[in-house]
Amino acid sequence: MQKIKTTYLAFIVAFLYAPIVVLIAQSFNASRYRGQWTGFTWEWYEKLIESEDIINAFSNTLTIGVTSAILATLLALVTALGMRQMGRQSRMLLRGLANVPLLNADIVTGISLMLLFLGLGLKLGYDTILLAHIVISLPYAMLCILPQVLTMENVWYEAARDLGATPFQAFRKVILPELMPGIVAAFLLSFAMSADDFIVTYFTKGAGIETLTTEIYSELKLGVHPEMYALSTLFFCGVLVFAALLMLNYKVISRYRAAERRGQEA
Amino acid sequence: MEKELLRLERVNKSYDGRQILEDLDLTIHENEFVTLLGPSGCGKTTILRLIGGFETPDSGKIWFDGQDITHLQPEKRQVNTVFQKYSLFSHMDVAENIAFGLKLKGKSASYIRDKIKYALKLVNLDGYEHARVTQMSGGQQQRIAIARAIVNEPKVLLLDEPLSALDLKLRQNMQRELVKIKRELGITFVFVTHDQEEALSMSDTVVVMNQGWIQQIGTPENVYNEPENAFVADFIGDSNIIDGIMVRDKLVHLLGKDIPCINTGFGENVPVDVQIRPEDIQICAPEDGQFTGRIKQVVFKGTVYDITIEAGGFEWLVQTITGHEQGKEVGIKLAASNIQIMAKPESEDEEAVSDE
Amino acid sequence: MNERLSSQRFLALPFGIWATLFIVLPLFFVLWNGLKDVENGGFTLVHLQTVLQWEYLKALGLSVELALISTFICLVLAYPLCLILRERKESRGLLVFVLFLLPLWMNSLLTTMAWQTILEKHGLINMFLQSVGLPEVHIINTPLAIIIGMVYNFLPYMVLPLYVAINRIDSSIIEAARDLGANPYQTFRRVLLPLSMPGIVSGSTMVFIPALTTFVISALLGGNKVLLVGNIIEQEFTAAYDWQLGSALSMVLMVFIILNILLEAFTDNGEQAKKGVRP
Repeated sequence: MQKIKTTYLAFIVAFLYAPIVVLIAQSFNASRYRGQWTGFTWEWYEKLIESEDIINAFSNTLTIGVTSAILATLLALVTALGMRQMGRQSRMLLRGLANVPLLNADIVTGISLMLLFLGLGLKLGYDTILLAHIVISLPYAMLCILPQVLTMENVWYEAARDLGATPFQAFRKVILPELMPGIVAAFLLSFAMSADDFIVTYFTKGAGIETLTTEIYSELKLGVHPEMYALSTLFFCGVLVFAALLMLNYKVISRYRAAERRGQEA
Repeated sequence: MEKELLRLERVNKSYDGRQILEDLDLTIHENEFVTLLGPSGCGKTTILRLIGGFETPDSGKIWFDGQDITHLQPEKRQVNTVFQKYSLFSHMDVAENIAFGLKLKGKSASYIRDKIKYALKLVNLDGYEHARVTQMSGGQQQRIAIARAIVNEPKVLLLDEPLSALDLKLRQNMQRELVKIKRELGITFVFVTHDQEEALSMSDTVVVMNQGWIQQIGTPENVYNEPENAFVADFIGDSNIIDGIMVRDKLVHLLGKDIPCINTGFGENVPVDVQIRPEDIQICAPEDGQFTGRIKQVVFKGTVYDITIEAGGFEWLVQTITGHEQGKEVGIKLAASNIQIMAKPESEDEEAVSDE
Repeated sequence: MNERLSSQRFLALPFGIWATLFIVLPLFFVLWNGLKDVENGGFTLVHLQTVLQWEYLKALGLSVELALISTFICLVLAYPLCLILRERKESRGLLVFVLFLLPLWMNSLLTTMAWQTILEKHGLINMFLQSVGLPEVHIINTPLAIIIGMVYNFLPYMVLPLYVAINRIDSSIIEAARDLGANPYQTFRRVLLPLSMPGIVSGSTMVFIPALTTFVISALLGGNKVLLVGNIIEQEFTAAYDWQLGSALSMVLMVFIILNILLEAFTDNGEQAKKGVRP
């Protein structure tokens, strides 16, 4: 039985990683065209710095991602604090409303926002992408923050006040740090949503501006520049290292805590 | 009695149109251990929150050391609270939690260090400075909460059912320790609980509350032995409470018989509540008893037997040290000094209502 | 609560404005465009009637079919996976979980394109089959290729809610079922499955909607030979410039989305009702 399970896990992992392995291989492929292997090269990594289109798209993705994630997290936090004091009904209404972009199809969200922006007379470009990305990340930010805020005991705020903190000090020194895990999660998830989005960006971007995903899409028909594979591989390795560090950290901390617990019991 | 420290004066408070406290007056003295005792929803926690500054009364005043603090912000009051549960900041370790209030006041690092050491010693947790609060047991967390409150040298420590989350053994330990801490600090404790045993064993003064009204204020012995009404009698300890009529001074008509008692001043032919503690009832031979009946049930409780006797149309609860045989015909004897006569409640609001 | 705290409620005001402007209003723009009579002014149902043409209905039907198949495959793949992950919660659970989340960080356009390399006529699969002397398979530009792409892209959307739901089931409940005489299959059928139903429903909606509306996967792996409703909408907005028809088609999609939300709300309420029974 254990063998079957391990085989099954291996099968799923293979399925998930097969295309990633292909991509990484392509980043080292001397041929410009995918599907034929003509030898190993570092060329695409060297050329990455010089390829202006990709660097531009990358910086757009980065700045839009960070800005929209900060704004979405902030809005989610403020809204969640407001929802704490609401009745069940109005809270449900707001939650439902916030979840619309999450449940809606990306293509409908993208088109509806495009129609809105054009209807309001806005020019499609950087700002409209930014607005649209806040729209799509907000439900995820809320998902991370709201449960924490709602289950947070009033008692933390009151305990801080009781010990001599002003309302502002109580918020800054107690409430905010207690909510920090949720806030960080909201920021990371919002950023991921923004950086990985293609469909909504595609409809709200207008001409003359590209993010990484739309840049890839526009290149698809003529063949993606191999530099893009190089960039993705680098990015993926970065995430890999980050995840490894995180897990290592987790292991060290849990081992440390276990030792601590033993020490206290003794 | 020591000097007056804290006074609530004609305080009214309601939430969403529901009156929680009505015209409440309460005086608390220096170095007093006051327990607010009552079923949940009786308003005892609201009083604590009013003193702590987390609520403002709809009308009435709160005086502290001769000053009106009705509208003073919580952080400006010389009062600290030990909350019911989870009040420790989980992102800080033990020492940081305890230092929180002192740091806000800008105390020096060495002062804070000494205070933490002293407070941890007081609550029997020395050496735990850098433990994580999330990994401590409930009892330890509650001790840290106490330490965190007392380092600020409050004149009054408010404790909101701090022991209710702990198991029985730990709770009894903590009761003893709280009394010890209180003695060491020499400050006023205002303690809220719904556990009558807790209230009786720790306090100087017990304030029994129900539905926003104070039912009785007195020493533990006082409220146990001389309850002023059926609610107090019923809520504190086990009681037999029977409708009776005060025939005249020192004679009460009970279940069809005239029984001598020692109470006076109720008038003649006035309906009253009669309370008799189960341990005060004597079981005797049927011919010697004031009432006769049959033993319905015997339950061994460890130190005593709970015996149910049907006599005179009433089911009596009797506690004895020796066992009796079920189904036996017995008599019941009541000493005049053990019969407590209480006036009937004036309004329906005061009626004893309690599910707990 | 006291006065200071109740004023906190106004913190939700910015979101109210935001939601009206960027969540509710855009949907009205879609309705307006789908119902607008361009020539005569006023409103018309003519665009919605156009949707009923055979070519559009066929695309819609195919989209629903492929989305349902992919959702089902995702469920079948994810369920045993979540059960295995649940068992390994303590030991290597974290590692396995991270392993499943990492691929999400690779750009989905690029991974979908990599599937082209794997599935195409001279792709990796056929190269492998050739080398062991087996006949070639033709997968690329067929509905099968699209289904593979959908399952690949949307499997995590199934795994996450399902894992949460299955993980929440107390193992004592499963042991109790066995103790009361249920065999493993009966335990699954009568205990595990009903208890994980909220996860199944929410995972299914989270896979079904993007699968129904995708145009990228079909464009990359279907090679314009397989037209889904998403492709048609995309073309109406970016090539044909018939916004009215595109909006009308979007309105049809919105009907599916609303049905999905209702389905989820329904099971959610059921779950809450069950929770209410417990103390």
